[in-house]
Amino acid sequence: MAMALDLPHPGQPRAARLRPWLVALLLAAALLSVGSGAAGVSLHGVLGDLLSGQGISARDKVVLLDIRLPRLAMGILVGAGLAVAGAVMQGLFRNPLADPGIVGVGAGAGLGAVAAIVLGGLLPGALVATFGQYLVPVAAFLGAWGATLLLYRVASRGGRTSVAVLLLAGIALAAMAGALTGVLTYLADDRQLRDLTFWGMGSLAGASWLRLVAGAALIAPALVLAPRLARGLDALALGEAAAAHMGTDIERLKRHSVLVVAALAGAAVALAGGIGFVGIVVPHLLRLLAGPGHRRLLVDAALLGAALLVLADLVARRVVVPAELPIGIVTAVLGAPVFLWILLRRRGFGGL
Amino acid sequence: MLRIADLHVRLGRAEVLAGIDLDAAPGEVTVILGPNGSGKSTLLRAVAGEIAYAGSVQLAGHEVARTAPWRLAALRGVMEQASTVAFPFTVAEVVRLGLQSGIEAGEEIVAAALAEVGLSAFAHRPIQELSGGQQARAHLARVRAQVWHPSGHAGPRWLLLDEPVASLDIGHQVEVMAILRRFAQGGGGVVAVLHDLNLAASVADRIVLMAAGRIEAAGPPEAVLRDDLLSRVYGCPLRVGVAPARGPWVLPPPIEALSA
Repeated sequence: MAMALDLPHPGQPRAARLRPWLVALLLAAALLSVGSGAAGVSLHGVLGDLLSGQGISARDKVVLLDIRLPRLAMGILVGAGLAVAGAVMQGLFRNPLADPGIVGVGAGAGLGAVAAIVLGGLLPGALVATFGQYLVPVAAFLGAWGATLLLYRVASRGGRTSVAVLLLAGIALAAMAGALTGVLTYLADDRQLRDLTFWGMGSLAGASWLRLVAGAALIAPALVLAPRLARGLDALALGEAAAAHMGTDIERLKRHSVLVVAALAGAAVALAGGIGFVGIVVPHLLRLLAGPGHRRLLVDAALLGAALLVLADLVARRVVVPAELPIGIVTAVLGAPVFLWILLRRRGFGGL
Repeated sequence: MLRIADLHVRLGRAEVLAGIDLDAAPGEVTVILGPNGSGKSTLLRAVAGEIAYAGSVQLAGHEVARTAPWRLAALRGVMEQASTVAFPFTVAEVVRLGLQSGIEAGEEIVAAALAEVGLSAFAHRPIQELSGGQQARAHLARVRAQVWHPSGHAGPRWLLLDEPVASLDIGHQVEVMAILRRFAQGGGGVVAVLHDLNLAASVADRIVLMAAGRIEAAGPPEAVLRDDLLSRVYGCPLRVGVAPARGPWVLPPPIEALSA
């Protein structure tokens, strides 16, 4: 039996070596992000001020603490949330092409968020004053939850997910959510319309500590809970029957996975609008680099998702200075070709 | 013990199992035979706790329909008819999935299970790249890893297998039969659905012959593998002979006789 341990283990060390690089990438992206912006405050300069004992100027302090840091934190939260939501959803549907943005979960979250913005005024004023900042994230979460449940009901039968049905159901769901969103837009007043427009562009520009707390209340617990789904999702890769035979409580796994996906995708959409492809590209790259095991994947996806979104935000802020691109455009330009590449590669495996 | 009493299963409108009474003992290999659609796989799935049933299925004293998945998993491994793996897991990773939590010396079990099915050299290859037969053996290794020791402190463990050799060449078919035999000799219980009557005769302590959702006959191979019984159940004239020192063997009729 000792020969067991003499087997070559090519996958393992390579996979384990990846984590420090991801952490380093995220740190580098974070430093770059904090150190650059329209105000021209550089980290270098601020550090110099600090070291020379001058202290930071009030203006620099505002730029760093109230604009750049919340924006960075939001990029990390949203990027990690989108990537992990994608990985969990792909595990749940047993398909690397499932992504909250593509199959209509994002649209469901969007509907929830728009409904909260437009109809939130109908709630009692005291309630809005206290819980106002939570209203949009929670509504987006509920929208995403409903959409995910519906998708699973429609597209999965007896442990098998038909990708064709999944995508078509996603299109129908997105159309329905879009139509209802349109109706709500008609009901909106001018101020709400402005809110909707800002939100819909998909940007980290609206970051503030207040909104961040509301989103983090959903994203942080879901990120912490996601790795606990790892063993179940690994087993589910062999099909529902096999996973159950190996001891997985399938119904509980599905319930929890759907909740995690909805919390992550819903809150990410509520915070930053529609940002596509992070959830599909990040897990795919990580599976290529370190294998498909979810114990590793769900943590690495959070790191790489956060790093990539912070970098995408940097690009969005840099290319059309002094204006900025919606970050959704950047992730689409970078992510869509990767998605097409995945499709091309998979054709070799007997289609979808 | 596996005790099945008055088991009925309906799938949609059809009654697929219409009253099954069956006991199987650990230490024995029980083989379920029967023509297509006779309810073999459904019986196995009911025992595995996979489908709803009326009546009683007790494995080591646990009514399987009311037993938590993790408890069942510690008691029995199930090899499904066909398993596809959704992501490029390596063979070793797939086998490792079978390990139950809290198991000791897990990595040694994984390696030993791979060695048992002759896939040690493929441990770190993505399972999707293997041939169908190799994949089936990898899944057998996973199921074996789940119940590696045929008998634990909580009593005997069980292997439930649905056509485990359907995609294997004859050499590997015999190897798998040897694995089942050894598991039973170690004190574990084995229930396997097979199609090959002669393979069944070679490994079974007990054969259960099913037809139309009922048990047509059950007993040692000599008692069940009989001309009249087999010919009737399979709707095809079959002759049973006796091989010296081997027991019964079944010969299909010459095809010319059927096509004439």
